[in-house]
Amino acid sequence: MAKVHVTTTINGEPMEFLCEPNDTMLDALRGPLGLTGSKEGCASGDCGACSITLDDRLVCSCLMLAAEAEGHTISTIEGMAQGEKLHPLQQKFLESAALQCGICTSGMLISSAALLKRSPDPSEEEVRFWLAGNLCRCTGYDKIVRAVLETAADMRRETAP
Amino acid sequence: MTEIRYLAPQTLDEAIGAFAAAGSAARILAGGTDLLVQMRAGIVRPGLIVDIKKIAEMTAIEETADGGFRIGAAVSGMALAEHPRFRKVWPGVLEAVNLIGSKQVQGRASAGGNLCNGSPAGDSVPAMVAAGAIVTVQGPNGRRESPVEQVPAGPGRTSLKPGEILVSFALAPRPPGSSDAYLRMIPRTEMDIAVVGCGVSLTMKDGVCTAARVGLGAVAPTVLLVEPAADALVGSRLDDAALAKAASACSAACRPIDDKRGTIVYRTKVAGVLLKRTAAIAAQRAQAS
Repeated sequence: MAKVHVTTTINGEPMEFLCEPNDTMLDALRGPLGLTGSKEGCASGDCGACSITLDDRLVCSCLMLAAEAEGHTISTIEGMAQGEKLHPLQQKFLESAALQCGICTSGMLISSAALLKRSPDPSEEEVRFWLAGNLCRCTGYDKIVRAVLETAADMRRETAP
Repeated sequence: MTEIRYLAPQTLDEAIGAFAAAGSAARILAGGTDLLVQMRAGIVRPGLIVDIKKIAEMTAIEETADGGFRIGAAVSGMALAEHPRFRKVWPGVLEAVNLIGSKQVQGRASAGGNLCNGSPAGDSVPAMVAAGAIVTVQGPNGRRESPVEQVPAGPGRTSLKPGEILVSFALAPRPPGSSDAYLRMIPRTEMDIAVVGCGVSLTMKDGVCTAARVGLGAVAPTVLLVEPAADALVGSRLDDAALAKAASACSAACRPIDDKRGTIVYRTKVAGVLLKRTAAIAAQRAQAS
C-alpha cells in the first residue's frame, strides 16, 4: 500500500511522517511519532481520551485521518508543560487529585485548556457541558470540574492588571 | 487487502473526477465523524477517500448582500457558531448543528456530512428542512439545486447520483419577524441520538404567524417536511387550538420504528409535544428579532 507522506507542525515543531491512507491521527501519534500521551479509549469519538487541537480547534484524534494533518498545526498533551513547568491545569489536577487511573487525564487537560482559552471565566454548567465529550469512569467528575474552575480563577488573578 | 487511496483535491472538478471514476468504493470525507467510525467498525471499506476540505467553497460561510447565507457542505458546527451574524438569523439551524456530539465532534462534524450520512435522526436535517434550505449538488453532469428534504432517501441512503457531491446549503434572506428553533427529545442532556427531533421556522407579523415550515426527525425512514403542521400554524396567533392542530398533524405524519430509544406510541406522541414547544421558542425569537 502506498504510504502518505505528511508534513505538519506538532507542539510547535515541524514534523514529517509516513502513514497509511486509513491511519488515524491517533495511530500516527502513538506509532511513528512516539507521542503516547494521547490515549485510545473507544476509538469512535465518544470518550475524548485522544483529544488534541488541530489549528486550535479541539478534536478527537481517533476521528481524524493522519493524512489530514498535512499543512496544519497540532497540539498534544506533550506540548502542554513548558519544560519542567507544568501548565496551571496540570498542577491543579495534581494538587486536587482530579484523576485516579489517569487514562482520561490527558484528554481532560487538553479539553479544559481549550475551554479556558475561549472562555476564561466559565460557569460550572459550561465546564460540564464542554467536558461532556470526555468520559471518566473513576472520579465522578466533581474533582475535575472543581479543578478546572479553580484553575480558571487562578489564571484570571494572574492576568489581572 | 484492497488498496486504499487518500486524495485532498483543491478543486471541485478534480474531486468529482476522482470520486466518479472510483465508483461505489469511494467515500467523501468532510468532518469524518461518521466515516471514520464506519471504517473502524468495518461497515465501509473505501477504496478511495476524497477529502473535500481543501476546496474553498466547501468550507466557506458566505453572507450575501441581501442577507441570505451559503454554507459549504464541510463547514463544522464550531465554525458556524463562530460566524458573527449566522447565530442571529438562524439560531435554530445553529442549535441543531451543535447538538451533534461533543465539542470535539462539533469541531469537525458538518451539516453536509450529517445530511449525506442519511440518518433519520440527524439533528441538523429537520432544522435545515424547516429553514427551507436549498442544496447545491455537483456531479459529472454539472451543477443542480434541490430542496434539502429531497436528499434523504432512507436510512443511510441519499438521492445523490453516482459521482455527485453535496457542495453547499443556501438559506434565503429572512423577512422581519422571522426566526427558527430546534428541539430534540433525548433521555439525557448531551451526547445522545434524537428519539424525536423537531425544527420550526416561522415569520410573525403583528402577533400572527404569516409563514411556517416544520421538519421532523427520527419518526420515519427519512426526515419529514410536515406541511399540514405548517398550514395549521399559518394565519393563527399560535393559540392553543392552532398548536393542537399542528401537533396532531405532526403525530399523524409519524411512521416511526420501535427501538431501544423509543416506541412507536411514544415517538408519535412526543412529535406533537415537541412541535408545540419548538414553535413557541421560534415565535418568541421571531418577535424579539
